Amino acid sequence: MSAHLSNGRVNLNILREAARKELREFLDKCAGSKAIVWDEYLTGPFGLIAQYSLLKEHEVEKMFTLKGGRLPAADVKNIIFFVRPRLELMDIIAENISEKNGRPPQMHSPRDFHILFVPRRSMLCEQRLKEQGVLGSFINIDEYILDLIPYDGDLLSMESEGAFRECYLESDQTSLYHTAKGLMTLQALYGTIPQIFGKGECARHVANMMLRMKREFAGSQTQILPVFDSLLLLDRNIDLLTPLATQLTYEGLIDEVYGITNGYAKLPPEKFAAQKKQGEVGKDLPTEPKKMQLNSAEELYAEIRDKNFNAIGAALSKKAKIISAAFEERHNAKTVGEIKQFVSQLPHMQAARSSLANHTSIAELIKDITTSEAFFDNLTVEQEFMTGVDTDKVNTYIEDSIAQKDPLIKILRLVCMQSVCNNGLKQKILDYYKREILQTYGYEHMLTLNNLEKTGLLKPQTSTRNNYPTIRKTLKLWMEDANEQNPNDISYVYSGYAPLSIRLTQVLARPGWRSIEEVLKMLPGPHFEERQQLPAGLHKKRQQGENRTTLVFFLGGVTYAEVAALRFLSQMEDGGTEYIIATTKLINGTSWIKSLMDRPEAP
Amino acid sequence: MAFITANWNPLGEAFYRKIELYEMGWSLRDGLKECLVAAAPYGGPIALLRQPQRPSSSARPQLEIYSSSGANMASFPWKSGPVRQLGWTVCDDLLCIQEDGTVLIYDLFGAFKRHFSMGNEVVQNQVLEAKVFHSPYGTGVAIVTGASRFTLATNIDDLKLRRLPEVPGLQGAPSCWVVLTQDRQTKVLLANGVDLYILDNTSCTPVVRQTQTTYSLLCLIILALSPLTVCVFQTPPGLSPQACSIVNMAVSFSYKYLALFTDSGHLWMGSANLKDKLSEVDTKVRTPPKQMVWCRRPKSQQPSVVIMWDRLLLVAGECTDTIQYTLDEESVCVAELDGVRIIGGSRHELLQEVPSACQDIFKIASMAPGALLLEAHKEYEKSSQKADEYLREIKEQSVLGEAVRQCVEAAGYEHEPETQKTLLRAASFGKCFLSNYPPEPFVSMCRDLKVLNSVREYTVGIPLTHTQYKQMTVQVLIDRLVYRKLYPLAIEICRYLKTPEYQGVSRVLKHWACCKVQQKEEPDESIAHAVSVKLGEAAGISYSEIAARAYECGRTELAIKLLEFEPRSGEQVPLLLKMKRSQLALSKAIESGDTDLVYTVVTYLKNEMNRGDFFMTLRNQPVALSLYRQFCKHQEQDTLKDLFNQDDDHQELGNFYVKASYKEKKLEARLSLLQSAVDEYNKAKNEFAAKATEEEMKLLRFQRRLDEEKGEALLGLSLQETLHALLTSNFHKQAEQLYRDFRVPDKRYWWLKLTALAEKDDWEEMEKFAKSKKSPIGYLPFVEVCVKQHNKYEAKKYVSKVTPEQKVKAHLAIGDLEGAAEAAIERRSEGEISTVLSRCSPTTDRALLERLNRARSTAAKK
Repeated sequence: MSAHLSNGRVNLNILREAARKELREFLDKCAGSKAIVWDEYLTGPFGLIAQYSLLKEHEVEKMFTLKGGRLPAADVKNIIFFVRPRLELMDIIAENISEKNGRPPQMHSPRDFHILFVPRRSMLCEQRLKEQGVLGSFINIDEYILDLIPYDGDLLSMESEGAFRECYLESDQTSLYHTAKGLMTLQALYGTIPQIFGKGECARHVANMMLRMKREFAGSQTQILPVFDSLLLLDRNIDLLTPLATQLTYEGLIDEVYGITNGYAKLPPEKFAAQKKQGEVGKDLPTEPKKMQLNSAEELYAEIRDKNFNAIGAALSKKAKIISAAFEERHNAKTVGEIKQFVSQLPHMQAARSSLANHTSIAELIKDITTSEAFFDNLTVEQEFMTGVDTDKVNTYIEDSIAQKDPLIKILRLVCMQSVCNNGLKQKILDYYKREILQTYGYEHMLTLNNLEKTGLLKPQTSTRNNYPTIRKTLKLWMEDANEQNPNDISYVYSGYAPLSIRLTQVLARPGWRSIEEVLKMLPGPHFEERQQLPAGLHKKRQQGENRTTLVFFLGGVTYAEVAALRFLSQMEDGGTEYIIATTKLINGTSWIKSLMDRPEAP
Repeated sequence: MAFITANWNPLGEAFYRKIELYEMGWSLRDGLKECLVAAAPYGGPIALLRQPQRPSSSARPQLEIYSSSGANMASFPWKSGPVRQLGWTVCDDLLCIQEDGTVLIYDLFGAFKRHFSMGNEVVQNQVLEAKVFHSPYGTGVAIVTGASRFTLATNIDDLKLRRLPEVPGLQGAPSCWVVLTQDRQTKVLLANGVDLYILDNTSCTPVVRQTQTTYSLLCLIILALSPLTVCVFQTPPGLSPQACSIVNMAVSFSYKYLALFTDSGHLWMGSANLKDKLSEVDTKVRTPPKQMVWCRRPKSQQPSVVIMWDRLLLVAGECTDTIQYTLDEESVCVAELDGVRIIGGSRHELLQEVPSACQDIFKIASMAPGALLLEAHKEYEKSSQKADEYLREIKEQSVLGEAVRQCVEAAGYEHEPETQKTLLRAASFGKCFLSNYPPEPFVSMCRDLKVLNSVREYTVGIPLTHTQYKQMTVQVLIDRLVYRKLYPLAIEICRYLKTPEYQGVSRVLKHWACCKVQQKEEPDESIAHAVSVKLGEAAGISYSEIAARAYECGRTELAIKLLEFEPRSGEQVPLLLKMKRSQLALSKAIESGDTDLVYTVVTYLKNEMNRGDFFMTLRNQPVALSLYRQFCKHQEQDTLKDLFNQDDDHQELGNFYVKASYKEKKLEARLSLLQSAVDEYNKAKNEFAAKATEEEMKLLRFQRRLDEEKGEALLGLSLQETLHALLTSNFHKQAEQLYRDFRVPDKRYWWLKLTALAEKDDWEEMEKFAKSKKSPIGYLPFVEVCVKQHNKYEAKKYVSKVTPEQKVKAHLAIGDLEGAAEAAIERRSEGEISTVLSRCSPTTDRALLERLNRARSTAAKK
């Protein structure tokens, strides 16, 4: 179930086990049968920590979704609310358990109520419960510190959707506090990280909090040999461009097209129907979307997910050959021993075959899209912007797309991209786009446009100098001859564009940021380096040729393509650094822009 | 070594010894006469309440507190009411139980801490007797009142008074009683003449029914486990026929055993649940004893009780013999885990069973391995070859390991450092001849003894035995030293034992600092300085706790100074709020980064301050302000508006009104909100937003008019959607008007009209439209839109009009491969030819394919 977490350079299963242990301890605190009332938002992230079976082992008999009104009937001793510390949720809980709403008391045996706050308990919420007159009804009020959730063998996510919006739009730094706390937990398990690098306001803030917390916890330090050599904190807003571009890795495209939430993708069912027994095809096509878990536990997926989509066909057919060759082996198996060995491998081979079938279907689905003219035109415009072609003029493709009322998010992604690549748009052009959008999609989007301007995704040009070309050239953000089949540079993930964030990471490892001071100054926020004292005797003695391990933390989200690029760097033979990736949330241009939209509620 | 056994007295199988702990340092003129005495177990402090020399109304009794060695720690005249009983809590606090049921609590140094009452009815009836007892729940108090009712408090720190049921036939105080803790329940066992009762929360159960049958040695004990089930037990024989009355009872330190003393001079020992009898002894003394306590070490086979009369101290065990000591002064017995301490006016002694390890080694003519090893070492020191003989003897029996173990263990039981050393040296000597003997027991015993010897020191005066020390743990010992303000010693012990800093040295320093801040005569500055210098580098110090203590003593300024040293800003906040330093609390909360904490302070400020000041405060703290805005956005929309107003944030006000307008159902209200938005945007010099909002209003008005006139449902649609709706419903004139009024770009309007016409299959109108003037979007869209509507016939009409660059695309759109090929070849564009080729299928005309391939190769050559 969780083996894939321990395969990486750093065993992230330790973190998952720590989280599971804490969950079990809390559940055991509430003796007797239990029902859990879920804040719906939390079920996804919790799924990465514990399955229903774990809960069941601890006498959880029923699960409900938190909603207004009275609680559903359940013949259990304990009712536990798993919630985020949000005031509006407190009001719902109060409504759930207040006597006025309850059934006549004789209908059910007395029940114990508990609250588990995730990731942290909040005085503000407890105060609200008190005001509502229900605080006293709770036997246990506890917190479940779930900051960083192991997402894959080299990937941690806080699964906090709103983090970018909160930090850069609303100046609410709550998620940064949780980040710092999460990093402290990580250090408690994996040792103090001796070096911290960072770029951006939020990065600075998180580093400051970490150093402060370290002082606060002085004396209770754990004596663990550090697993991470350094930590790199990166603000999302130093690289607004990357998430706007369409990801072109296999995993990135699945995310772009179907969306991956909490490690699961929902795919259209038609293509998968045929895989059932052949006789039944056509009788009842499944109507429910097929839910697939996507992580490195699946051998084939781990192999292909970070490839450029154009290299997927070849990879799949190669794999198909290997698998069928493996099945052919049976003809060569002559002796009983050989046959026995063959049979013992069967389950593994069958799993590989069904995995191959699944991914062939997905690849076909995606291919239909990537070969469409619309996709091609869109990509062409994106690449024009990234290479700096005509970024200072109104773009006809965008104009036509608006006129044809293509999805608003697509338009916003393109307009923002043009603005970012031009270091802001001329006032006239900006106003033109804005007016076109308002007239076409409705004036209510004024608030969204305002949000985009506040976060810097969309902005009027203030100085005549556009520094994007300088950044592009210095950091080699555009590589003309990107090799998609056998990549030799990270630019393959966007078929030419090398993500700025990852270039910064790459340069930091070698030759160091000093070489790009100029560019760093052009990007927003300070860059810094901090050192954390290690207790004597914990200094790592590096073996000759041993790689460094760097934790890269993206504050405000990271895309699958960026993750792929970092994995590519980890695997480079002369790279010298292996990366573990952490983020507030895995994002793509669409989900990202969506999180910044404001939709006034209609009456 | 013979002298070691000099003070040993045999009793049955075992030996008892009485050793002197201290010569008391106090000078009491009349010894302990006329004194109320309480001494805490585990070598704790001693409290005396001495009656005045000459009883007169003006003279007051004197309350004195001493260490176990008799060093004075506090002394003051008692000014409160008459005291019935003194007792010590587990945290070394003194409890003074007054006649009126008030219990006053003092610390070790006689400083008053607090008081509580044992109930209102006591005031009238008075306390006749009281007992202080210890249980896993803490320190408890039990009293019996003049009305013969018992009241219990199991834990004085979490006071819950329990009045126990009435005892039938009891008048005044019972002849004797004890408090028992069994099965997590606290009960009282009492004797009223011949009758024994168990009192618990709900019932009073008679326990022993002594049959009046003469010469019957059997008694029935009826133990009621619950009101419904009555179990009948036969009591063990023991109470002599004439004797009926129980005059004294004692319960052991662990609450496991009970001793009863009858007026016939018989002593019965058994388990506290009265199920088993251990032994019974006739002491031949018929006077009721002054005090009776258990004297039994853990794991000992023999039960024994120490009974004290005026001049006699008697140890009774399993056999009929007893040990008797004469007492030459008024004394008090203190029950310990592993013996009895006897405190007199001039001496402090420990009476205990000699542990078996010591017996084995020191018993005369003992051949136990330990004894032989000790002998061997003695000879070795004398450089005698006999050492080898002894060693050989031990090794032949292969009991050298056992010998070492015995010596180490015995060292722990010995009080004299010299004896300890002798034994440890012998052990160390024996160890040399052993391989693989684990060093830990020896090392830890050496450490333990070093600690024990230092606290037994006369000046410290804590006569702990090794057994007690292990039971109480180092943590508690450190606490006790801290209570006595013996900070340097506590720190030294922590360092010596390498206790982790935050539970060792840091904890001691914190207590030191808490004590320091109470020194009223010293100025704030110097205290703060002293504290910071001492605590500076100590890890895990909670300055906020120290500051809280300073604040409790009324030293707010000092508290603030101390808080400055607290590294955890989160910890500073609650205290700062308590001290009404809310501004400072706010900045500290922000510093901590914990937004919940910031919210907490903000909510607090909101309730404390008037609105103006509150807003001003927030204005100076941007982090708090934006958090508060978030809060208002979800909870208090109106406040949000006020906030923007105060900051003259017209942009946000504009947005606010726009948002509000969408919540409004009535169009007029909506328009007026939008107008407010326009005004605000103008003030914010956001021309674009103002204009766009005006446009929005214009559109809404237009939509309403049309809805009213023509019965359309346009309200709420975007401009684009409105135009589309108008065009599809043939309101071309109105559409034209909107197009002009809103200055819709031609391109977009053309797209719009084109799609609208195609959607309703108005091909005629489309043709007219195409001819109306030159299309700003070209004619490819015409082709594509027609194809989209599955009308290839119409589409073909526009192919000829398409610009040369888009010809190929147009031909392909209508599926005309030849046309596309023609156009591509004409344009000699390699890319376009390839596109056409990619659309070719196996059924395509061979000739065409060849032409295309040829054209491509020529194009490529260029």
